[in-house]
Amino acid sequence: MATVSLKNLTKRYGNMEIVHGIDLEIADREFIALVGPSGCGKSTTLRMIAGLEDISGGEIDIGGRKVNDLPPRSRNISMVFQSYALYPHMTVRENLGFSLKIAGATKDEMDRRVAEASAILGLDELLERRPSQLSGGQRQRVAMGRAIVRDPDVFLFDEPLSNLDAKLRTQMRTEIKKLHAKVKSTVIYVTHDQVEAMTLADRIVIMRSGYIEQVGTPDEVFSRPATRFVAGFIGSPPMNLHEATVSDGRLVFSAGDSLPLPGQFKSRTSTGDKVVFGIRPDDFYPTGHGLSSGGETEVHRVELPVSITEPLGNETLVFAEFNGTDWVSRMLNPKPLKAGDRIGMSFDLSRAHLFSAETGKSLRN
Amino acid sequence: MKGFKPSAPFLLLLPAIVVLAAVVVLPLILSLYSSFTPFRLTRPETFYVFVGFRNYLSILSNADFWWAFGRTVLLLTIALNLEMLLGLGLAMLVEKATRGQRILRTLMMFPMMFSPILVGFQFKFMFNDNIGLVNNALQSLGITQDAIPWLIEGHLAFIAIAIAEIWSSTSIFAILILAGLLAMPKEPIEAARVDGCTPWQTFRYVTWPFVMPFAYIAMTIRSLDVARAYDIVKIMTDGGPAGRTELLWTLVGRTAYSDARMGLANAMAYFSILLSIAFTVYFYNKLAAARAQIGAEW
Ligand SMILES: Nc1ncnc2c1ncn2[C@@H]1O[C@H](COP(=O)(O)OP(=O)(O)O)[C@@H](O)[C@H]1O
Ligand SMILES: [Mg+2]
Repeated sequence: MATVSLKNLTKRYGNMEIVHGIDLEIADREFIALVGPSGCGKSTTLRMIAGLEDISGGEIDIGGRKVNDLPPRSRNISMVFQSYALYPHMTVRENLGFSLKIAGATKDEMDRRVAEASAILGLDELLERRPSQLSGGQRQRVAMGRAIVRDPDVFLFDEPLSNLDAKLRTQMRTEIKKLHAKVKSTVIYVTHDQVEAMTLADRIVIMRSGYIEQVGTPDEVFSRPATRFVAGFIGSPPMNLHEATVSDGRLVFSAGDSLPLPGQFKSRTSTGDKVVFGIRPDDFYPTGHGLSSGGETEVHRVELPVSITEPLGNETLVFAEFNGTDWVSRMLNPKPLKAGDRIGMSFDLSRAHLFSAETGKSLRN
Repeated sequence: MKGFKPSAPFLLLLPAIVVLAAVVVLPLILSLYSSFTPFRLTRPETFYVFVGFRNYLSILSNADFWWAFGRTVLLLTIALNLEMLLGLGLAMLVEKATRGQRILRTLMMFPMMFSPILVGFQFKFMFNDNIGLVNNALQSLGITQDAIPWLIEGHLAFIAIAIAEIWSSTSIFAILILAGLLAMPKEPIEAARVDGCTPWQTFRYVTWPFVMPFAYIAMTIRSLDVARAYDIVKIMTDGGPAGRTELLWTLVGRTAYSDARMGLANAMAYFSILLSIAFTVYFYNKLAAARAQIGAEW
């Protein structure tokens, strides 16, 4: 059990800087997800914490102890790799017990801890098999078992589910969540899948090209994205984001269509400001088919042509044309629509977002 | 020829079959047959005298033969083990090289480009007690004042031959083990480091089991090679001094041509082939086991 803190952590390959001095405090037993697009430096950060990559600058503390110069074996961490990284020549039992064997545990101790882990993960029938005889999901479970057997201070996961099919991924996601509830260790979980991050983490760290964009609870990053990037990254389908210019209390879009400036931003913008307007599909819906959002709503209604629909069963994504482009909306209790229909659409402007076009920062306080 | 209509594939393969039969099968049968005769090159009529297992029985009580046999096994054991260790070391060094790896790989294969005869001459010169490079170097460095009789003293000659063998063939191990190292996934090694392994333990428990099959492939190839070691020994010492470096194949050659006892020589040769087969089967089984162990898909 341990806290982890990154102080001005930097990684350079040659003279290319990949991670640009990031700071992060992770509490004991917290489940942190590092999320961001591919290539943003998540794995590199995780591998520096693990000790598999040298640190070019800054400091990493685990449990209050500076670990910069400690090899991985002295950091008391476990890591689950994307490719599982099982030892191909060992049986599942040997894979699970390997770290204990290296640590010089007694046979009894080893048997007991392997049995514990195997019971938690349902590996009992597989113990005598080799990794090549297991399915992807089973290998994944063994990889997790190997991590928990060690009873580490910190668990590190690097995209552990990305090689699984969609159904298995959902299932394993739930298991990881249950697992964390049981073992109560600090977890740092890297993923490029924002849904995984949202469902699993206590707090989410959104990274982009070597910088941290925002750190917050799933609810915070979803409803109060700090930057345009976060707004576009979190949420599925993604938020509608369009550039606009502020003009006399209205937002004028590139093709000339306009919307009223949401009340909360009135005092924070002035005419001529270039901004990015964002609204989630949940807050832009065919009139009468959205979530009723409390009393203080500022709903703006317009009639728009439908370009396409994507029925999902319980809801339908409706792409409506506004300002010359398609804006995605979410229709609850769907009714049949076809392309070309003109329907009433509602913008719930109290829930809209505004970002500076220049810096990408949120204009919300 | 009525009624006999060979199939097209057979007819098409016939030329190859005839050639193979003429140059491989026939000599094989003839030599096997002659091992049951007292055939001497100088007396052709002896080819038709059948003596059963007499040659084989005489081998069993032939001390020279058993010395050569033992020496061959010893050379095989020493050379293969050292080649594997050195090859492994080389491969691991080259694998670590971040720049110039291609050049290093090519350089590493250099010894394989020389014919064993040339290697023999080269080492014969290097180990020459008067003008050889080795003694010259030892003396210049002040390690010794004497001219060490490398190819003249029995044990030293054996060592010199082993060194020549090792020099010429370590690269086979190095190349194959390097192939194994390069094919190896990196994550299990990282997993081992996280799991608490020291670098040595990582090698011992993860890297080595993975490259072992590759080492066994090299062993299998080399066991055939060394068991027919001839050229290098022939050139460097010709089995001397006084038969102290005689190996199976130099003995067979001498018996066949110098002593002209072809029948006996063929019997020895067939006996020796058993040794080759035994080594090959042994390593092949090890290879199969090692492959199964890492779940190899090749
Ligand atoms: N050994 C390396 N040498 C140079 N660049 C590297 C190396 N490893 C990773 N990178 C670069 O660092 C960046 C971040 O990589 P990574 O941390 O793996 O991203 P991800 O967020 O997808 O896990 C990438 O642009 C990648 O090209
Ligand atoms: Mg990655």
